[in-house]
Amino acid sequence: MIPDSLTIDSVRSSIQERTTTALALAEAHYARIQKEDGEIGAYLTLCKERALEQADRIDRMAAEGKPLPPLAGVPVAIKDVMSTCGVRTTAGSKSLAHYIPPYDCTAVAHMEAAGAVVLGKTNCDEFAMGSSNENSAFKPVRNPRDLSRVPGGSSGGSAAAVAADMAVVALGSDTGGSIRQPASFCGVVGLMPTYGRVSRYGLIAFASSLDHIGPLTRTVKDAAIVLRTIAGRDPVDSTSADVPVPDYVAELKKPIRGLKLGIAKEYFSDGLDDEVRHSVESAIDKVKSLGCELAPVSLPHTPYSIPTYYLIATAEASSNLARYDGVRYSYRAPGVKSLSEMYRRSRDEGFGAEVKRRIMLGTYALSAGYYDAYYLKAQKVRTLLTRDFEEAFRKVDAIVTPTSPTAAFRLGEKSNDPLAMYLADIYTVTADLAGIPGISIPCGETKEKLPIGLQILGKHFDESTILRVANAYEKAA
Amino acid sequence: MGDRLVDSVEPYNPEMPTSVAHVTTYEPVIGLEVHVQLLTASKIFCSCCTRFGAAPNTNVCPVCLGMPGALPVLNRKAVEFATLAAMALNCRIHETSIFARKNYFYPDLPKGYQISQYDKPLAEHGYIEVQASKTDAGSEKLRTENRELRTRRIGITRVHLEEDAGKSLHEGFPDSDEKTAIDLNRAGVPLIEIVSEPDIATPDEAYEYLTRLKEIILYTGVSDCNMEEGSLRCDANVSVRPRGQKELGTKAEIKNVNSFRFIREALVYEIARQIEVIEGGGKIVQETRLYNSHEGKTYSMRSKEQAHDYRYFPEPDLPPLVVDEKWKAEIAKTLPELPEARRARFVREFGVTEYDAQVLTVSKSLADQFEAAAKAAKNPKRVANLVQGELMGRLKARGASIEQSPISMKGVAASADLVESGVISGKMLKDLYDLSFERDQDFPEVYEAEGRPQQSSDTSALEKIIDEILAANPKQLEQYRAGKTTMLGFFVGQVMKASKGHANPQLVNELLTKKLG
Ligand SMILES: [Zn+2]
Repeated sequence: MIPDSLTIDSVRSSIQERTTTALALAEAHYARIQKEDGEIGAYLTLCKERALEQADRIDRMAAEGKPLPPLAGVPVAIKDVMSTCGVRTTAGSKSLAHYIPPYDCTAVAHMEAAGAVVLGKTNCDEFAMGSSNENSAFKPVRNPRDLSRVPGGSSGGSAAAVAADMAVVALGSDTGGSIRQPASFCGVVGLMPTYGRVSRYGLIAFASSLDHIGPLTRTVKDAAIVLRTIAGRDPVDSTSADVPVPDYVAELKKPIRGLKLGIAKEYFSDGLDDEVRHSVESAIDKVKSLGCELAPVSLPHTPYSIPTYYLIATAEASSNLARYDGVRYSYRAPGVKSLSEMYRRSRDEGFGAEVKRRIMLGTYALSAGYYDAYYLKAQKVRTLLTRDFEEAFRKVDAIVTPTSPTAAFRLGEKSNDPLAMYLADIYTVTADLAGIPGISIPCGETKEKLPIGLQILGKHFDESTILRVANAYEKAA
Repeated sequence: MGDRLVDSVEPYNPEMPTSVAHVTTYEPVIGLEVHVQLLTASKIFCSCCTRFGAAPNTNVCPVCLGMPGALPVLNRKAVEFATLAAMALNCRIHETSIFARKNYFYPDLPKGYQISQYDKPLAEHGYIEVQASKTDAGSEKLRTENRELRTRRIGITRVHLEEDAGKSLHEGFPDSDEKTAIDLNRAGVPLIEIVSEPDIATPDEAYEYLTRLKEIILYTGVSDCNMEEGSLRCDANVSVRPRGQKELGTKAEIKNVNSFRFIREALVYEIARQIEVIEGGGKIVQETRLYNSHEGKTYSMRSKEQAHDYRYFPEPDLPPLVVDEKWKAEIAKTLPELPEARRARFVREFGVTEYDAQVLTVSKSLADQFEAAAKAAKNPKRVANLVQGELMGRLKARGASIEQSPISMKGVAASADLVESGVISGKMLKDLYDLSFERDQDFPEVYEAEGRPQQSSDTSALEKIIDEILAANPKQLEQYRAGKTTMLGFFVGQVMKASKGHANPQLVNELLTKKLG
């Protein structure tokens, strides 16, 4: 069986109707991973035993004719920044190369409780720091559409797994665009929910105030199903919000006619690739033809978003990564003679160059005498950026933009130029900073057959509207 | 003659270079930072048990171990305890306070940062009142009776909530020469940090401040303040300046002092050291110093750790802490009467002396026992009088504290009732108290064992004794009749003695007066 173009519903109903079994599906996926992933590099760890046990449980339910849970038998991939009990969780870092967590991430537990079969853990930039997946300590991920190109990052492994039919859906994490940008590079759907919508418990922190867990899927409907599964207040995450979770799937059916969509000129500026601009503009025309109204909006603080992001994210990261000190579960350099040598060498050898660069940046931003000028100022700009969106959302229901200024670039193309790499996030970091939801959906290809992504940004806790618009466009395109 | 002169001179003591002249020219400025462990059942950010003495690393979970991805959830009880303590210390409670990360590397600090509070603490602007004698004499002396007391108000800058770190164990294991073991049971135990203003003027006052602070915290019940188990820890900041100078001198921080007595000793030493350095033309270095209680000296802790930049920033994993009016009111309801107020009330209601009020309020449980016993007794003041008049002296003679008294407050109350209702005489009570102390038994037991003695109110029996006494003492009788009426006392005494103290003294008095007519 070829696990091509499966969706959550198709998997569930074929298992329920006994035309296939969860076990067979899992095995088929493992066979495909075996065949394809040598070249792509999407997975870091497979957890076959755990997957087959879960598949067997689902099959027994189906055999007994019991109604199956929403994600019954659905093979999923989990970005390796989410804690999985008993399954190695590396965050793409040498410092956690042998770390086996004693507990499950809340989102993963929700997926499994809904019947999902976790195939394994996907490759990513080290501690989710990167936009190309070249910062993985283990191996790069290659874009299934063009193996010479990057899949985007940092959830590159999750995006590639879904794009290459090595999983039906995947969980990723987004701190500055790490779900949406790889989704756009690999031609899949990537949803970043509102900050606080999905529990972060068990998500290895990069930048706590910016980290989000969200789905990467083949269809908008699947993204809605996964979000419905993982959303909601979690008593062990104090930043998770006590806001009612709508039935996102039911919400998809509502018409989009009459919705007002904002177009922000700041997202169509000089750095935007012409092919991307053209595709996104056609997509916007398409949505307009479906009955949406277009309105210009202004987000004047957008130019400050990249420096703001890189101050806040690195400051938080410098603190979040302090625990990888060689004392307990993280890499400890061999043969050290003193405590300070243990710290220095374990962290020097355990972390990659980009991680160390960001720890240095963040440490500097928080230092006495610099705090006000950097971290505090960045927080103020963050407030202004958030206000930009609040202002815009008074006039419109959602904002449409390109996801990334370019399609997937080549491996090595930007890896020696951190600044150029940082600018790859220019259209995505704003939503992380403002805490609003955003989705990237495929909207055509370049001449070289590289996918292009359309980004739709929504109001706080209004994932329903962006999912609805995305779904309507997906159906019409 | 020469020898005798030398004998009267104190030997040179290089350890204590304080001279009276210097102490009067220089003025010490002391501020104290006290960490108090809160008595919550679970840790501040996870549900792990806080019990002291468990096997190493058994009270731990992903949160307090700092495992990747684990997140803190604030313990409501810890907030209530901290707020209660801050209220008892007369602080203003901020409706919104912010948790912050204090970043530093240490092996027993699992996350590489401590969750604490920084620029927006839970509470600020408090104070406690300490008694200081006019002569700034030592506080033990100060506690002796009838000394003139005055009140000094020591400001409390802030009270904030934070988590404790684990413990590094450098000895006790076979491989302790090469390795340090870490026990994280204590990591995440809730603490409050209480920072005083630099209002403390002498080592004695520091001692007094700590004593009062501990007493208040114990009264609130939020901590057991057990210094041996580390549930109360104190660091002192101290500097000296020429008397009259406004600017503060450079301060040293004294750490790792594990008793109030040692704090006082460390401060005495450190003040003398600083004066000597300045007098010798030197400069005080801002540094952390450790106190060695065996030598009675402080030592510079020369380490790079001193150059800490903690890189505080708001903890992104926790929303601002909001203690709104409603919650505050609920917490305030649990605030007990504090020692100072209770002492004043005891003086007022029971007529005890200031000193005895202090003794009776030394712990909340004793004060509660006293008050319950006194209020249940027929005459509360008599209970207070007995404590003052009969109990304290006996305890003092034995060198025991009131908590070690064989006679409980209930026992005192029982004896007071017996006297009040005329069942026993004062003399009998004294004898029974002596027996209690001899046998180390409470009053009711002794009273029972003695066969529930009663003073005699049998008129005819007494009259018989009186007749005998008068007959046996013709000389005294004559003197009385000649106008020396003070002889009445003599006869009363004799009758009491003859009745083995069981006679009702008042009745004896009446009958005698009648007979002597
Ligand atoms: Zn714990």
